[in-house]
Amino acid sequence: MQRKRILVGKTGLDGHTVGLQVMSKAFRDAGYEVVYAGILLKPSDLVESAIQEDVDIIGVSILSGAHLEQIGLLLKLMKEKGLDDIPLIVGGVMPEKDVQTLKSQGMAEFFGPGASIPEIINRVDEIVEKYSQARSK
Amino acid sequence: MFKKEFIDRYRKKKEEWEKNTVNPVLKKMPERYPEFFTASSKIPVKRLYGPDDLEDMDYMEKVGFPGEYPFTRGVQATGYRGKLWTRRQVAGLPTPKETNKRLKYLIGQGQTGLNVVFDMPTHCGLDPDDELALGEVGKEGVPLYSLEDMEDMMEGINPSDVSMSIIDKGTVTTAFYFVYAEKQGVDIKGLRGTTQNDMLHYYHTSYHHDTPLKVNLMLLTDLMEYCSKNVPQWNPVSISGYNIRESGCSAAQEIAFCLGEAIAYTDLFLDRGMKVDEFAPRISFFLNAHNDFFEEIAKYRAMRRMWANIMRKRYGAQDSRSWLMRFHTQTAGSSLTAQLPYNNIVRTTVQALAAILGGTQSLHTNSFDEALSLPTEEAVQVALHTQLILTHENNVGSTVDPLAGSYFVESMTDQLEKEAWGILEKIEEMGGMVEATLNGWVIQEKAEYNRQVYQEIESGERTVVGLNCYQSDKKPEIKLFEHDPNAEKEVIGRIEKLRLKRDNEKLAAAMRVLEEDLKAGKNSMEATMEAVRCYATLGEIYDLYRRLFGHPKAPDVLFM
Repeated sequence: MQRKRILVGKTGLDGHTVGLQVMSKAFRDAGYEVVYAGILLKPSDLVESAIQEDVDIIGVSILSGAHLEQIGLLLKLMKEKGLDDIPLIVGGVMPEKDVQTLKSQGMAEFFGPGASIPEIINRVDEIVEKYSQARSK
Repeated sequence: MFKKEFIDRYRKKKEEWEKNTVNPVLKKMPERYPEFFTASSKIPVKRLYGPDDLEDMDYMEKVGFPGEYPFTRGVQATGYRGKLWTRRQVAGLPTPKETNKRLKYLIGQGQTGLNVVFDMPTHCGLDPDDELALGEVGKEGVPLYSLEDMEDMMEGINPSDVSMSIIDKGTVTTAFYFVYAEKQGVDIKGLRGTTQNDMLHYYHTSYHHDTPLKVNLMLLTDLMEYCSKNVPQWNPVSISGYNIRESGCSAAQEIAFCLGEAIAYTDLFLDRGMKVDEFAPRISFFLNAHNDFFEEIAKYRAMRRMWANIMRKRYGAQDSRSWLMRFHTQTAGSSLTAQLPYNNIVRTTVQALAAILGGTQSLHTNSFDEALSLPTEEAVQVALHTQLILTHENNVGSTVDPLAGSYFVESMTDQLEKEAWGILEKIEEMGGMVEATLNGWVIQEKAEYNRQVYQEIESGERTVVGLNCYQSDKKPEIKLFEHDPNAEKEVIGRIEKLRLKRDNEKLAAAMRVLEEDLKAGKNSMEATMEAVRCYATLGEIYDLYRRLFGHPKAPDVLFM
């Protein structure tokens, strides 16, 4: 089976990189091909990379509190570019009501404090599978 | 430290103790681990420390007296008996006006120093209406884009009455403060405070995206040069081990990375033509207080001794004030858990105690809700009162450096020092801290440390109460800080108005002078202050830097 490709990065000016680094390694160890887009990105940069790299999933880490604006814009741009058949997962800290708001806008899953690496990987495997089945229909 | 005859007698006794007393106990009850280590630097910790561990130590040379070289026992001769540490809680709320209220509240609650943190666009030299600033305005600190914002934030607070700490870099936000003081009729010669300005750490730790590193190093040197002449009680740089540690490293690495940076800056200031004793007394440090109680205490003591040695022996500083490592401490934010947040009060208390026993000059204690959001006023009160209780009820400041002479603490101090010198040597071999930062080595070291810690947490080898053991299913019901969704718009509206109402011709003239000074390589501080007096915005000044010197590059990440 072909290795799944995940694009990871941080949009906005948030410099908290530990979660991104740890998860990048975890995805690699779990057999994903990790495309590291970096930090300090505009949402439009990340969408552009997703198109060029032809990835199966996008993962963003955000801890700055700017999630409604940053992730909201990212989801909007993904729709506009026809990327809404690719799941977007987000890790970091956000209030439950914001998680619901962003899920209603298309965010596939959110992982907050306490989510363990095996839990995240299992859930991400499921999501990737679900989206790829939906695409092949 | 002891006579040989005594040590021989002690060793013999110790062997008997191991045989007759320890071994039977071990048979009945083995120790919990085959080996014990410190939590971060992984220095082996023995079962027992005694006189034999300090056999070769020259007490006068290595420990000495408080207020005297090598300052292992602290920079103040009388410790906290004369003056307590400064209680300095960080504040930075979504608007300057809200921050003003919080600062006044903290002053009313017994705080003696101000400590202001800015939002990310401010750190990155962007105005709030910049595309990159979307959603970031006022989120991680106070938005401070012009003199007007400083005036709102400081309204009713007299700069002569407080010591101000500006958690930012370069010259601009500090110029906002100096000009504000000037307008209040305060002589800036008497201003007390600190600008963080640790340019290398912004590159390998906080990833601020503003100007290329060389421009930042130039601005740092400008501020140092300006302050040594005009604002002699200001600390133009505070080397930020706190942030370095938070982004992932050990206590020994925290010491080495900080001192590596301090050496790099010292060389820079000397290159500018300053004399070491003119600026060294104004170099300050900002350190972390993490979880391993004794390792942290030993860290402060070891580092103080190392800095004194570097300044005196390596740089030949004559003025004893140049040898002092003065530092602010913050308890470790990364040790807080979102799960069972009240546990964080306990973590913070013990960390604060380590900082005090290590001789900190000032202290920030974290609020228990900070793994979840900006702290509420109630949570800030608990944090500040933690310090007040330690001060007034636990009586910990009644004697100087109470742990000196502890066989364990003195041994650990020596071992951390040895470990840190080793790392520092590696940095020197690479060509110094600027090189070690630019080539990605520091980032890599930290990524490796983080990987290890997370592996230990996942495997259960490292216990975090309430996180990977003793968990609770109950979600805590605590009140969280809520952001006003209109705050960003309000801030943008204000700056738009400001750009219309200020004297734009006068400003343009001031900006031309600044541009000429920058191009000519002259110290830019006077010209920056003049532009600030004309209400130049932060983004406008940084745009000038970017136009003249180019854009920054995000650091290469090599951890994969």
